[in-house]
Amino acid sequence: MISTSDHLISREKTALLEFKSIQYRKTILSLIYSAKAGHTGGSLSCVDILNVLYNQTMNITTKNFGDIDRDHYVHSKGHSVEALYAVLLDQGFYTIDELNTIEKYNSPFIGHPTRSIPGIEQNTGALGHGLSISVGMALAAKMDHRDNRVFTIMGDGELTEGSIWEASASAANYKLDNLVAIVDRNTLQISGRTENVMAMESLDEKFSAFGFAVRHVDGNNVGELAALFDTLPFEEEKPNLVLAHTIKGKGISFMEDNVGWHHRVPTDEEYALAIQELDLAEQKVENSNG
Amino acid sequence: MADTTLSLGKTNLDFFAQTLIELAENDRDILICTSDSRGSGRVTPFAEKFPQQIVEIGIAEQNLVGVSAGLSSMGKKVFTISPACFLTARSLEQIKNDVAYSDHPVKIIGISAGVSYGALGTTHHSLHDFAVMQAINNIDIVAPADNFETQKVIQAAINHPRPLYIRFGKKAMPHLHNVETYFEIGKAIQLTPNQDSYDVVFIAIGETVAPAFLASQDLVSEGLKCCVLSVHSLRPFDELAVRQAVEKSKVVITVEEHSINGGLGSRVASFLMQAGINRPFKIVGIPDEHTVTGSQGEIFKHYGISPQGLAKTATQLLEQR
Repeated sequence: MISTSDHLISREKTALLEFKSIQYRKTILSLIYSAKAGHTGGSLSCVDILNVLYNQTMNITTKNFGDIDRDHYVHSKGHSVEALYAVLLDQGFYTIDELNTIEKYNSPFIGHPTRSIPGIEQNTGALGHGLSISVGMALAAKMDHRDNRVFTIMGDGELTEGSIWEASASAANYKLDNLVAIVDRNTLQISGRTENVMAMESLDEKFSAFGFAVRHVDGNNVGELAALFDTLPFEEEKPNLVLAHTIKGKGISFMEDNVGWHHRVPTDEEYALAIQELDLAEQKVENSNG
Repeated sequence: MADTTLSLGKTNLDFFAQTLIELAENDRDILICTSDSRGSGRVTPFAEKFPQQIVEIGIAEQNLVGVSAGLSSMGKKVFTISPACFLTARSLEQIKNDVAYSDHPVKIIGISAGVSYGALGTTHHSLHDFAVMQAINNIDIVAPADNFETQKVIQAAINHPRPLYIRFGKKAMPHLHNVETYFEIGKAIQLTPNQDSYDVVFIAIGETVAPAFLASQDLVSEGLKCCVLSVHSLRPFDELAVRQAVEKSKVVITVEEHSINGGLGSRVASFLMQAGINRPFKIVGIPDEHTVTGSQGEIFKHYGISPQGLAKTATQLLEQR
């Protein structure tokens, strides 16, 4: 891990972000439990990154969403849509009643991001698409001399898509230092360990060789994430690549690092246990901050 | 044989590139994205004149379309150029999701389409593009027949609000229309005089309109009454024009540089059947077999996409009634 000590955020801010992460996890589980469908493990692994992006790093709000010169976000690992739905709900893009229609007949809230939902700007779901779209968006900003940035989160299982590497070459070719690609490196995909499905390490060396400025971070640590994003761009004229080391199913003991929870729906008992764990975590954050 | 001749214009692709230069003079948001295809796409002069408005992606069609979608989402007017054979197969998922489903009005330009690459073979032929595009919701489909239709569709494309697929061949095309002809995406153009009845109706698209027209002139010289429709748009599809022509006809022939499955012929047949309009009917295109080796012209002739071949098909259909 690189040192980000020069960019520490306040303890109060960190506590607020930690508190939000717990709330988001509750929303994610509630959505999946009620819809009886969803991607549990991957949403829980990437939600801390989304938390920091939307509450600390990016300037995306309900008010400026129609502006072109704000930051932009593309959810390349579209199957983890519940995490994005939870964060955008908190940002005020829609109401809980609207969101609770998720995956019900004729609901706009389907199992992958679509632009018909306020706050979502690209349709994703097929893997390996988000980085190319983000390259196009970042390139347009460069062409028009705007200083806004484009963020995208990719899954680590997604990195075997060839289009990711086509997009990587073009990101470096066009010197897109306004592009921030984040890998949710939870080391699991639906069939098992990513390295057993297809050995892709060293990801650091691969992305570096393609021309990215690569940084590592604990992707479930909101303080470290906020501090790292505060150092963007990492290097002039190089696209940014964050290897966010996360735990699939993070926050619920019996779901953590367990491939079975890729898209498993909790039973009544499991749901109650999970919420219980999150309630305890919430108390812990409150206690440690007086 | 009738002595009808048509004056030869440029390739539709050259005319496309020239039209785009004229439009880009006053619109800096017009971009060309290309996959090492600026030469074959005839856009090298555009690149020299507007170096800031061409985005080279290299030979990477998936990224080509994804990047184009991203640029379009930020307000750019993007023309994405690559050989139709690769663009509508290799990057089909990007066209389906990032362009059509996402409703980004990218202009997907498939060059050297159909069997334009001739003897280079099946890897370079696109005989499936109409079929796959028609099965994808929210992308309009146009194949201009001559330089006039090319110019008009490119002018219309600039501010077209929906995703658009346009395909071009690479041969110089004869002029079929005069400059006064009305053009609108989705409205077929009738090349022949309007009459109360027809013996034969040819419904053709793209580079097969010219041979269909010449065939009709041969048949007219033999005393038959013919109608030729240049459909140019598969979506929106001009059902009204097709209905009006076919209802007055004895036999119907569709002509396309595409598989006989899933293209113009299938579209017309589907419409007529469901509208309860039945006529002796023939789909002329590339049959379901390994395509014969040859130039575009030789392949056309082999499969009857020629003035003589089409006139013969019409005569046979009339005789079989």
